[in-house]
Amino acid sequence: MIPTSTTLQTAPLASQTDFAAWRDAARRLATNDIPPADIVWTVGDNSDLFAADTPLPAVATGVTLNVPREFIDRAEAVICHSDPARFALLYRILFRLRTEPNLLKIASDPDVMKLYEMEKSVRRDIHKMRAFVRFVEVGEGEDIRYAAWFEPDHFIVERNAPFFVRRFTGMAWTILTPKGTAEWDGETLTIGPPASKTDAPAADATEDLWRTYFTNIFNPARLKVKAMQAEMPKKYWKNLPEATLIPDLIKGADRAAREMIERMPTVPAPHHAKVQEKYWSAKETPADAEAPTRSLDEAQRQAEGCRRCPLWRDATQTVFGEGPQDARIVFVGEQPGDQEDIAGKPFVGPAGKVFDGVLDEAGVDRRITYVTNAVKHFKFEPRGKRRIHSKPNAGEVQACRWWVEQELGFIKPDLAVALGATAAQSLLGKAIPVTKMRGEVVTREDGLRVFITIHPSFILRIRERDEAEAERERFVADMVAVRKLMAG
Amino acid sequence: MSVLSTRDKLAILSDAAKYDASCASSGAAKRNSLKSGGIGSTEGMGICHSYAPDGRCISLLKILLTNFCIYDCSYCINRSSSNVKRARFSIDEVVRLTLEFYKRNYIEGLFLSSGVIRSPDETMGEMVEIARRLRVDEKFGGYIHLKTIPECSPELLEQAGLYADRLSINVELPTDEGVKRLAPEKRPETIRVSMAKLRAKIEEKADPTLKTKKRQRFAPGGQSTQMIIGADATNDADILGTSARLYGSYQLRRVYYSAFSPIPDASSALPLLKPPLMREHRLYQADWLMRFYGFDRHEIVANRQDGMLDLEIDPKLSWALANRGAFPVDVNRAPREMLLRVPGFGSKAVKKMLDVRRYRRLRLEDVGRLCQSIAKVRPFIVADGWSPGGATDAEHLRARLVGRPTQLSLF
Repeated sequence: MIPTSTTLQTAPLASQTDFAAWRDAARRLATNDIPPADIVWTVGDNSDLFAADTPLPAVATGVTLNVPREFIDRAEAVICHSDPARFALLYRILFRLRTEPNLLKIASDPDVMKLYEMEKSVRRDIHKMRAFVRFVEVGEGEDIRYAAWFEPDHFIVERNAPFFVRRFTGMAWTILTPKGTAEWDGETLTIGPPASKTDAPAADATEDLWRTYFTNIFNPARLKVKAMQAEMPKKYWKNLPEATLIPDLIKGADRAAREMIERMPTVPAPHHAKVQEKYWSAKETPADAEAPTRSLDEAQRQAEGCRRCPLWRDATQTVFGEGPQDARIVFVGEQPGDQEDIAGKPFVGPAGKVFDGVLDEAGVDRRITYVTNAVKHFKFEPRGKRRIHSKPNAGEVQACRWWVEQELGFIKPDLAVALGATAAQSLLGKAIPVTKMRGEVVTREDGLRVFITIHPSFILRIRERDEAEAERERFVADMVAVRKLMAG
Repeated sequence: MSVLSTRDKLAILSDAAKYDASCASSGAAKRNSLKSGGIGSTEGMGICHSYAPDGRCISLLKILLTNFCIYDCSYCINRSSSNVKRARFSIDEVVRLTLEFYKRNYIEGLFLSSGVIRSPDETMGEMVEIARRLRVDEKFGGYIHLKTIPECSPELLEQAGLYADRLSINVELPTDEGVKRLAPEKRPETIRVSMAKLRAKIEEKADPTLKTKKRQRFAPGGQSTQMIIGADATNDADILGTSARLYGSYQLRRVYYSAFSPIPDASSALPLLKPPLMREHRLYQADWLMRFYGFDRHEIVANRQDGMLDLEIDPKLSWALANRGAFPVDVNRAPREMLLRVPGFGSKAVKKMLDVRRYRRLRLEDVGRLCQSIAKVRPFIVADGWSPGGATDAEHLRARLVGRPTQLSLF
């Protein structure tokens, strides 16, 4: 330990953003317990007259100085800030971190607040530089290059330059600023000394196109000057080619908007009648959902526009049945789920996969099966990015029997299989206890035999693996029974 | 017809594109030009390169390929019956403009939309070719957003997703009835199915392939949509219902609300009004409450008899005033979900409070340092050394928080 000194200690940095030197000095000073108030941070050769010119102490041996990685990251940003007090602030926080390791989590602490504020200001400046640098093309042919003049608030040129390299790799460019320059020749990035505004390039021809775009993309009926200035403060305007247009655009906005509103609608443009004739005269009329149908295909087309219940409103599309028109067995499920609604096909989701596997295992011949649902639109409740299945009510099931009965009428199967309570309700016209009647065959008045079983999604809802497997086995057994009914 | 210069076309075709609210350039996969030696990068967060005096960000070159259109949608400046001047860019002109603007750092990329001419496939085919030329021939790494034409072929959609960062299909209006009335040639059924196909494609491509275990590139910025607000009579409750359905059904990144705005040549079918800008703003706030603040769409409008959001105060404050029984909330003990419901607390402020809370207790002045306006928050919270007493239930709380009457619209 060096003796405690009442004189001020100078900590010299080579440049405004010399983080390596700051870090080195801070380590030497903090390990020697030098309090923040005793240090004067200097940049370049402006050494402080009042500070004694003593060299920095060596890092104290046997003292470990651990700081969170987060502090280094933030400090590297904050060192670019233009406030001369930043070096002292960073040291003060480093000094406190020795005894308050969680300090950075205390966002309400005045030092930490200041740190975050400075960091945010640097980040914003960096972002605005990425937004508002305007390149101008200079030179011709092989020598074409791009130059820009920009005035940042902070010392961000070096920190920000790699972004421009990543983005404009295939161009040669220079960004000139009063706080340093960055130059890229296509291979090497060079950081240079401050430039002066007299070095700024003159306008090029494309600026005129940009100004045309700016004028026309503006909607005078939505004037919101404050919102514009919040994001594009006036201090940037002097280097933006489009900004000189702003005062006139604002001045003329009210009149332009009023004129649009007050002008009487004109007669349709001359070509309009021709367009209507050519493209829309043969406008297909949507199929009448009430008209009698002559085939399964026709019924399917009609069902696309079904409005028999309100479920069409939230669903993507009608999901009609699928399978050969001369199928011997018709499987009826409850309703399409999320996947079925998107694909427009029944039984393609998780329950459909279970169903496919079980049919294969039971040896049911797929060439003679038709699959459909009691309700043809997906009923759900949106929850964030997901859709939660809701059970269709009796009215919806009843409304959709119109289609189920048409499917049965055209296919004339030997057997219908009710997968779950909703399907049973649709096929039999009344609610029945499915678990109790599972495996039974009910014959309808029209002679159609209906086999009762569960819906395959029931298996998916069982959490316990063994139980789910047992349930699946029972379902396989049901399907074997179905196969045998067909054989008999 | 006289020959139009590129500049004339740019004036016509950007004027024609400005009614589409979306200009986002975020959400793309990270990409730069270090390897290709071309130009262009996307680094997640989009950049707004300028702002028009309407307060909207200018991030992309937002233009139509052509404003000739065979559709006749009453609200649209480009409807076939409109007398607006027509123009059509060549593929080459769009590619050149995009590159020249990008090289000067005016833009993040291209947002290309188009009127439909002849057939959907022909129009979409040209848009895809522009994207392909930029990506492949010009090694362009900037952002590309293509407005997809719902009726186009699956092959074109596939290619569009390969070159574009984002694809979008506009639902046009909040209800199918509205679409049928104001856009008689458009088919809401087709629009839904197209959005479904897009979702299916995005999900299919996001699955790593069995062979290479790599994900294929397909619209990494996802899909979005837009609806026009105020052209039909749909109330805010129903609009939010439509949004919730769209987010849930098609995994949209964003639903954009565009206040119906006057256009140069109005249709007699749809008289012009001042655009309902404040209403649009409130809808965005409500949309945020649903997506990031854990609000259900029903509770946002539950206290509004006409189903319209309060224009005077934001929807969260409106909810809090109608549900004062839930307050005051103790900032030192309440769970995150409840802190998010305090008017004046943003998600960032809440995160900071939860961090600080682990190490020390929050006093009112601490909270004041972490949020925008402590005056707005005070009646709804309890902190160390602070209790609002009867303030939470005070009859005049609303009047006190609203302050002097504010101008609703700057029109």
